[in-house]
Amino acid sequence: MTADGRLIGDTVMEMKNITLRFGGVVAIKDISFDIKEGEIRAIIGPNGAGKSSMLNVINGFYHPQEGEVWYKGARRGNLKPYEIAHQGIARTFQNIALFKGMTTLDNIMTGRLTHMKSGLLSQMIWAGKAEREEIENRELVENIIDFLEIKSIRKTPVGRLPYGLQKRVELGRALAAEPSLLLLDEPMAGMNIEEKEDMSRFILDVNEEFGTTTVLIEHDMGVVMDIADRVVVMDYGKKIGDGTPDEVRSNQAVIDAYLGVPHD
Amino acid sequence: MGAEFFFGVEVFLNGLMAGVMYSLVALGFVLIFKASGIFNYAQGVMALFAALTLVGFQEGQIPFAHLINAIFGTEIHHFGFEMPAFLAILFALGVMILFAILVEKLILKHLVNQEPIILFMATIGLAYFMEGFGDLMWGSDVKKLNVGIPQGGNFWIEENTAFLGGDDFYGFYLDTLDIYATVIAAILVTSLVLFSQYTKTGRALRAVADDHQAALSVGISLRSIWVIVWGIAGFVALVAGIMWGSKSGVQFSLSLIALKALPVLMLGGFTSIPGAIIGGLIIGVGEKMFEFLIGAPFLGGATENWFAYMLALIFLVFRPQGLFGEKIIERV
Repeated sequence: MTADGRLIGDTVMEMKNITLRFGGVVAIKDISFDIKEGEIRAIIGPNGAGKSSMLNVINGFYHPQEGEVWYKGARRGNLKPYEIAHQGIARTFQNIALFKGMTTLDNIMTGRLTHMKSGLLSQMIWAGKAEREEIENRELVENIIDFLEIKSIRKTPVGRLPYGLQKRVELGRALAAEPSLLLLDEPMAGMNIEEKEDMSRFILDVNEEFGTTTVLIEHDMGVVMDIADRVVVMDYGKKIGDGTPDEVRSNQAVIDAYLGVPHD
Repeated sequence: MGAEFFFGVEVFLNGLMAGVMYSLVALGFVLIFKASGIFNYAQGVMALFAALTLVGFQEGQIPFAHLINAIFGTEIHHFGFEMPAFLAILFALGVMILFAILVEKLILKHLVNQEPIILFMATIGLAYFMEGFGDLMWGSDVKKLNVGIPQGGNFWIEENTAFLGGDDFYGFYLDTLDIYATVIAAILVTSLVLFSQYTKTGRALRAVADDHQAALSVGISLRSIWVIVWGIAGFVALVAGIMWGSKSGVQFSLSLIALKALPVLMLGGFTSIPGAIIGGLIIGVGEKMFEFLIGAPFLGGATENWFAYMLALIFLVFRPQGLFGEKIIERV
């Protein structure tokens, strides 16, 4: 139980001694940490620390050379990203990866793909299961649109939306998957204070209402310390701190990494 | 109004219908280009191959008869039965879907993340392979294709429009096959658009066309989408093959209709389905009207051979992305 009464459960995911190399460059060096059900777990660190690489390992864009990924109590093999999506891991991207030509509604509907099972033939004649499925999923998507307060842009192609709204649509698409694990790569990058506050509120609301386990990469330290339950700190591909925001804040290695240390 | 005017209208209508035929071919290109960024040089040969296969099934030809005869010294040609057109079309469609699966398994799978030019070269290789393979399978003689679509001038239209232009005008001469082609193409395009707008697979197709990484992250398998796209392109090729094959026989030159699709694509944009349709219509009408108004009276005729390319070239200079293509703006 956390202070605000949310339930933190068992370990959902465990990263064991992950090492990721690109040729001679070591992006992640022997990192282990766990993610518990229902928590907001932040990964922070200076630019180039390997945070995004870590997220890419979790959702299968990268496969680490060493180490193991344990998910829901079983060791996960080298699955393709789309297979991992079907296991209930959804994500957003640092540079926004929306389907720009499609409307907000359609974009969020793609988030439901992992839950839709109708066959190609029934879709072609738009009858039976395909039709039912469209309608059911549409309902859930409309709820998400309501929740994120983006009703007015339902039918707008997302390429035309301002940056802050695009980020919100991308969050909506990830939420539509009803993920067991939600990965957010710098959801507040490039936003103004007001937009940041909105986004923080959405992340907290999602976590509180649906108990969604969230892994969050963020640069804005203030935001992270406010909303995260536990924080992993990375620097140069290594883990230099892990714990509650308070613990991390008083960790000397973390302070040095952020403020720099004089070389003796 | 004089007969001259109505003759012009007739040329216009014929241009529209010729344009529909161009659009049909261009559509196959656009589908594949949108979903996988590949300019599929083999689209024309796919239409030829589909038509050959259709004729083969219809007439009960034994595939590879020539090869079998040469190796075993036999004298076989036909199974001795004929397949109804409808069944033969279904079988030909099956072959095109099988073809799509093989293309994915044997070629695309190995070329993921390669430069577009390499994928383009692969489709050139594929085109020539299919051309030879089609010959080997079904023989290289010119074949007649008849799936039961009526051909020739439509007398009903001719008789009922004759009153328009007075004594010198005998009514519009329109080929019934062209009218069928127009209706079929319209149905095909409408259903493709509906499919891509309102089904989950259609949505996945559009998603893959927009962003591969994001598509993967929402659980779309690129490989199965490619099979579907190539399958649909194969189906479009089959329809184009039936129309063009019924019109002018199934022979090698059928694959060259792909060249006619190029100016259509330049005009309409490589990434737009409506663009392929409108582009085809503009080219069809443009080349017929140009010939009628300027070509034949002043330039000695035969302008249809080059008009489309010239129009496309002019268009490229002023609007490189085509009428409906996406403008690519890159941040410097």
